[in-house]
Amino acid sequence: MKKLLKTFYPALLVVALYIAVTLLRSVGILNGYYIQVMMFAGINIMMTASLNLVNGFTGQFCIGHAGFMSLGAYGAAIVTTMLFKNVPAFAQIPVFLLGLFVGGCVAALIGALIGLPSLKLKGDYLAIVTLAFGEIVRAILRLIQPIGGARGMIGIPNYANLAWILFFMTLTLYLLRNLIYSPYGRAFIAIRDNEIAADAMGIDTTRYKITSFCIAAFIAGVAGGLYAHVLAFIQPDSFSFTKSSDFLVYLYAGGSGSLTGSILGAALLTVLPEILRFLTDWRLAVYAAILVIVMLYRSEGLCGGKELPFMRISRAALYEKPLFGGRKKDSAVSGKQ
Amino acid sequence: MKRILALLVTLAMVFALAACNNDSSGNKDGDVETIKIGVVCPISGNSAIAGKYITHGVEVIENELGGKIEIKGKEYDIEFIYMDNEASEEKTTNVFQKLIEEEKVIAIVGPDMSKCALAAGPIAQNAKCPVVATFATNTAVTEVGDYIFRACFIDPFQGQMAAQYIWDSGYKTTAIMFNNADAYATGLTDAFKEVYTSLGGTVVAVEEYSGSDVKDYNVQLTKLAAADPECVFFPNLLGELGLQIQQARGVGITCPIVCGDSADTPEVGEVAGPAVKDVAYVSAFSAESTAPVAVEFVEKYTALHNGESPNSNAELAYEATQMVLYALQNADSLTRESVRNALANINGLELPSGAMTMGDDRNPIKGGVVMQYDADGVSHFVSSVNPS
Repeated sequence: MKKLLKTFYPALLVVALYIAVTLLRSVGILNGYYIQVMMFAGINIMMTASLNLVNGFTGQFCIGHAGFMSLGAYGAAIVTTMLFKNVPAFAQIPVFLLGLFVGGCVAALIGALIGLPSLKLKGDYLAIVTLAFGEIVRAILRLIQPIGGARGMIGIPNYANLAWILFFMTLTLYLLRNLIYSPYGRAFIAIRDNEIAADAMGIDTTRYKITSFCIAAFIAGVAGGLYAHVLAFIQPDSFSFTKSSDFLVYLYAGGSGSLTGSILGAALLTVLPEILRFLTDWRLAVYAAILVIVMLYRSEGLCGGKELPFMRISRAALYEKPLFGGRKKDSAVSGKQ
Repeated sequence: MKRILALLVTLAMVFALAACNNDSSGNKDGDVETIKIGVVCPISGNSAIAGKYITHGVEVIENELGGKIEIKGKEYDIEFIYMDNEASEEKTTNVFQKLIEEEKVIAIVGPDMSKCALAAGPIAQNAKCPVVATFATNTAVTEVGDYIFRACFIDPFQGQMAAQYIWDSGYKTTAIMFNNADAYATGLTDAFKEVYTSLGGTVVAVEEYSGSDVKDYNVQLTKLAAADPECVFFPNLLGELGLQIQQARGVGITCPIVCGDSADTPEVGEVAGPAVKDVAYVSAFSAESTAPVAVEFVEKYTALHNGESPNSNAELAYEATQMVLYALQNADSLTRESVRNALANINGLELPSGAMTMGDDRNPIKGGVVMQYDADGVSHFVSSVNPS
């Protein structure tokens, strides 16, 4: 019983958060504005955490993550808006889930297609390819008239709410945490730390890199599907390079290689511009200044490789000795060998 | 040391958040006397120039009112709350929620872009808060619901205006060349044909091409020239117009050329060169307009903003705000619902671009202006056009 509680208490925390929010909403302390910002924060956490898997844990450099988000958004929106429109109330949730799944699959499939050639190589090729990919997706979506072309897709049902977003966010973080502490995760981290050494140790680096990339693309696709169903309107230009760079900023400000960092970075930096609204014209200048200060004093990001307890699985429980903890990564690795 | 700093930064953020909360709850209390109007525009981001003109346009009215407005003999405080949407849909939805739920505004002026209006429109519609979008020309914007209005005319309406102008100028035959792959061009063409033929004119030739990649229009233009029209109409996008005008003059089309409002940019003159002389286009507004209301607006605007001349963004923001004020004056009570009804019933409101009446589809029926380029590629006001 105690063990069960220990495993699931982060999830329980999220449920508690949701109940607290609903209560505060019903007594009028929290209004729709806060809920709206929280929903975007949740989506951004999913995007940042998935980007973290590629950039932070596998050591690759993807800079077109919004491209996967747009594929997921369009994939999901096509299912819910065009294939199964005006469904009765009881069928809405299955259709919504199907849409998100389709969105994620489309993104993962395309991720595999562009990952296969570029991840076989060592070096920064993925950065260039994903940059181009983001722009190509945008250009192609603009041309397809049945889904609205450059004018965008309207009338997407408002299926996503805070509960769904918190659910998928928790699921994402739970899966990513377990993945990172699994043999797969150890392979990812080995590739990040030294690809040649990992290869020499017998890790099929290409396979693991593509796996990590596809999983990240899938999560980004689901996040995109949620985004489409919050906004009820999507257009190709929403998923431009600016959007991709937003996620990079969240990732590196939070600290790459730390899921806690992704949560903190995405949540704080989504909320911060809204908190700073009272500064009117100076808002974005102060926002940028805060980012610079964070990067100056904590160049490794807010969390920089560290995790809060609930985002960590005790190494001792898995192996005799911690594989790596905090800064003493290198000595820990050699200690194991 | 670093930890202490991090802690301090966090604390500062928490206090900032707390401060925000206090502000808003303070406003909520009691003061029914204050009327709040939200203004949503891109103050930062890559469309910040448009946002600057929009705030300047609204400031003309804010400055004139001086924080007070008299409605049916009672004086109220009026406050304009400017909100930055960074020209992003996501931020627009946040800002709409904030204005509607937290600031409790009675109506919202803006946003200026169709994409932002489409994303945030459902929020205002669900909360039943009237919105007057400024420059959102996409027809779908007001179809979101009965609380969404706009201050600009929709694309097809320009076709009607062009037809009216060409007919009024005494040209009985017109030839058209348009981009059949573009919604703007097809919308203008269809509306033009309908109105022009109903007025009694004849469309003698219609030539089509597909997409903005076309650079050589000589085949279509030669056919247009062979039809010998009294006037030609090019309802196309700005990237295409320069070459079209240049090539039209090249194949011997000497009659007047009329375009849509996409010609309202210096680029057209730069590409077409001297050929741009006497090319006319329809537009929402001109700072050179001679209508008394327009002259008054331009004078006030330039006086307030150190000689800056208003553009269409500024003028539409001004008109949208005037519409909201007019609705406040004429509403049965100061509720969002009454303001919406008053907005829907606007009839003959005098605005800088002419007399305005709200149509059934919440699109304004109002006049525009015809502008004409001189040989240097500078456009000048020719006449005002009012819908008949």
